[in-house]
Amino acid sequence: MDEKNYLLRMEGINKDFFGNQVLKDVTLRVAKGEIVGLVGENGAGKSTLMNILFGLPVIHQTGGYQGKIYLEDKEVNFASPFEAIEAGIGMVHQEFILIPGFTATENILLNRESTKYNIFVEVFGERLKTLNRQEMHKRAVSAIEKLEVQLNPDMVVSEMPVGHRQFTEIAREMDRKSTKLLVLDEPTAVLTESEAETMLKAARKLANLGLSIIFISHRLSEVLAISDRLIILRDGQVVRELESSRTTPREVASLMVGREIKEGLSKKSKEFEKSEIVLEIKDLWVDMPGEQVNGVDLQVRKGEILGIGGLAGQGKLGIANGIMGLFPAEGEVVYRDEKLPLNNPVRVLGKGIAFVSEDRRGVGLLLDEPIDLNIVFTAMQIQGRFIKKLMGGLIKWRDDKEIARVAREYVDSLQIKCVSEKQNAKELSGGNQQKICLAKAFVLEPDLLFVSEPTRGIDVGAKSVVLETLKRQNREHGTTIVMTSSELEELRSICDRIAIVSEGKIVGILPPTADPADFGLLMLGEQEEVKASV
Amino acid sequence: MFEKIKKLIEKAGWPRIIIGLFLLSLFFIAPFVGIKVSTSISDTIVRFAMNAVLVLSLVPMVQSGCGLNFGMQLGVIAGLIGAITSIELGITGLAGFLVAIVIAIPFAAILGFLYGLLLNRVKGDEMVVATYVGFSSVAFMSMMWLLLPYKSPNMIWGYGGEGLRTTISVEGYWLGVLNDFLSIKVGNFFFPTGTIIFFGLMALIIWIFFKTKLGTAMTAAGSNPVYARAAGVNVDRMRVLSVVISTIVAAIGILVYEQSFGFIQLYMAPLLMAFPAVAALLLGGASVSKASMGNVIVGTFLFQGILTMTPSVMNNIIKSDMSEVIRIIVSNGMIVYALTRRMKVRT
Repeated sequence: MDEKNYLLRMEGINKDFFGNQVLKDVTLRVAKGEIVGLVGENGAGKSTLMNILFGLPVIHQTGGYQGKIYLEDKEVNFASPFEAIEAGIGMVHQEFILIPGFTATENILLNRESTKYNIFVEVFGERLKTLNRQEMHKRAVSAIEKLEVQLNPDMVVSEMPVGHRQFTEIAREMDRKSTKLLVLDEPTAVLTESEAETMLKAARKLANLGLSIIFISHRLSEVLAISDRLIILRDGQVVRELESSRTTPREVASLMVGREIKEGLSKKSKEFEKSEIVLEIKDLWVDMPGEQVNGVDLQVRKGEILGIGGLAGQGKLGIANGIMGLFPAEGEVVYRDEKLPLNNPVRVLGKGIAFVSEDRRGVGLLLDEPIDLNIVFTAMQIQGRFIKKLMGGLIKWRDDKEIARVAREYVDSLQIKCVSEKQNAKELSGGNQQKICLAKAFVLEPDLLFVSEPTRGIDVGAKSVVLETLKRQNREHGTTIVMTSSELEELRSICDRIAIVSEGKIVGILPPTADPADFGLLMLGEQEEVKASV
Repeated sequence: MFEKIKKLIEKAGWPRIIIGLFLLSLFFIAPFVGIKVSTSISDTIVRFAMNAVLVLSLVPMVQSGCGLNFGMQLGVIAGLIGAITSIELGITGLAGFLVAIVIAIPFAAILGFLYGLLLNRVKGDEMVVATYVGFSSVAFMSMMWLLLPYKSPNMIWGYGGEGLRTTISVEGYWLGVLNDFLSIKVGNFFFPTGTIIFFGLMALIIWIFFKTKLGTAMTAAGSNPVYARAAGVNVDRMRVLSVVISTIVAAIGILVYEQSFGFIQLYMAPLLMAFPAVAALLLGGASVSKASMGNVIVGTFLFQGILTMTPSVMNNIIKSDMSEVIRIIVSNGMIVYALTRRMKVRT
């Protein structure tokens, strides 16, 4: 295609957040009337790229970006989203930005209403013009008609099904005469299948009218169906540009995930096939906001490290949180032939099950208390350890000496960098805080340990110590570990089996040695593809 | 040496250093405007001793995350009921004082329990709700004081023969039972040994409590409720327990206050009781979520010191009686100062 036909060109975009490179020399071109699909794992840089395009303040506050953006061959650098909208870029967000009490028409035309003259204008100025309801209705209908969808312009947003809210958002962008490029960020995430289909049809229709679209989605089949071209991002780089018609989901998935497998993959997975089942999860539902679990069935075998992977928001974190009783759960969980009471943290902890939460600062730590208390608190409350009984057990005195001793042990063995075990937890770095969370779980001497996102937000050095520590705990103490992580590479490096969660369900369990493409396909909810190939 | 001083200042915190120096300067000025230093020091210590238990009563609720107990009046009312009942029974001396405590405790426990349940329903707004709980309970009791069937002629209105007086003297019952116990008297200087020992014991009990399993759980519930829940602590129960303890200690605190002050004050007198205590604790370096015995002692001493010294020094300088005005300015100014400082820490 000729250079001049591109509507948008983003050339050589580089962006780092405080030295952490998130985009490396990314080039993105969108032709007029073309739909470009943008795919990548969480953290691949999709959102950052779109934020740069929109000139979001967060970009400027963190030192701007390198590279050039051309819109219709004119170089642009938007200082704010308003400028971007002015220039004809529309965005439809994952979360709806609509006024619930207004009708579709009012939302579509908000702040661009058709108006009529009245006498007050003479005194108070333009802002007091009367709304021209008829004209507005007409404009709204014409915007909706462009989409070819069923949408009642007089319906109040709060009474609409989610699909219609999505259409209202898009119709709003359509009413702007200047809109040339539309960014759809996961537009189908909350829609039902039939709504999604209508939505895709509408997008195609818009493209035929000459509008360019950047389409971001985690549903691979959708992206493939709708886009003309696919751009695959991985670790902040464009790994490949593909013509949608000439590729397969498998190829896309493997490109998206495809890291080289590092050495030292555990190969003992076979041994566990015969070992007993310690934990059996049957039809577990967990109501955790943003990480809904919708009927998970899973078996954990004694002594193994089971990984749970999947994209963010698909429900992988909900499983551990639900079992530990931190979020309302329903279903059946059997631990060593005994039914585990749900929604009851004390009983679960009492059975020798420990949990390292993904929310380190929120759930994992007492930030204003010293390290040693952080480490032993749960053991003290649940197991009654570190207690000296005085006056015949009437007073349960805290054994500060023993607490300090045990804390020092863990400080040494986990290489927690601190001045002393009396330092407050909030003064430590993320990696060291994570080690405290691990120590807190280890001190319980658990038989089964849930670990969620153990390496999120910590530096590389600390990462390897944390993973090493988990492996050692598994080997030396025979602790069964269920590790949830967004980082597939990490799961593959220490797990014996890896279960992939998509849309709140386990979609498949693979050995760590499986083809990366299979993991990618499972994450994107394309389990049929995997079964076909295995 | 210099490093050491720097560390010491850091540990104490600038506000306490500045106010401490201000208080010290007042003691220096006092003799020049005709105030005896021995009297002023003695006054400060007596006021410290009579108020310290009330300040102490705030600590459990702060530690459990219920915030500053602006509803302290509830405990004060329980203490008042204990005090007048004890007088009604006509028991004198230390026995009368102890009976008052014994009677006050169950009332405080029941009121505290209900108050705790209420505070669990308004998490995040405890302090605002507490303020109004305190105010309305005082108003309610103003009616009750008139209606309760107390008969002792020392306590009821002389003319009607019915209803309790606004101010009831404890003289002849248990005035100064703690203050005078083992007290030291040298000229104008008076040291209320008994009251100090009593406060010491109370503080020790609270301190021990927070060193136990239960107390640790309470601290954790205040520090991070989600963490505590994940560790199997029933956060709501911890909060209710802390409110009960705070209310009981406040009931005892008001009795200690009265035996030193000499009067039981009913009706609207307890209305603003919580504010000076809160101001003292904050001045001592406590935050809304963390308080220690050190905060209580340092804060009460500095606050009561300023409150005692400023009016008397000022009165003597400007030669007119401004003491009440100055008292109000100093005490409320201190709360404003302490609460704005809290905001700063938060952000």
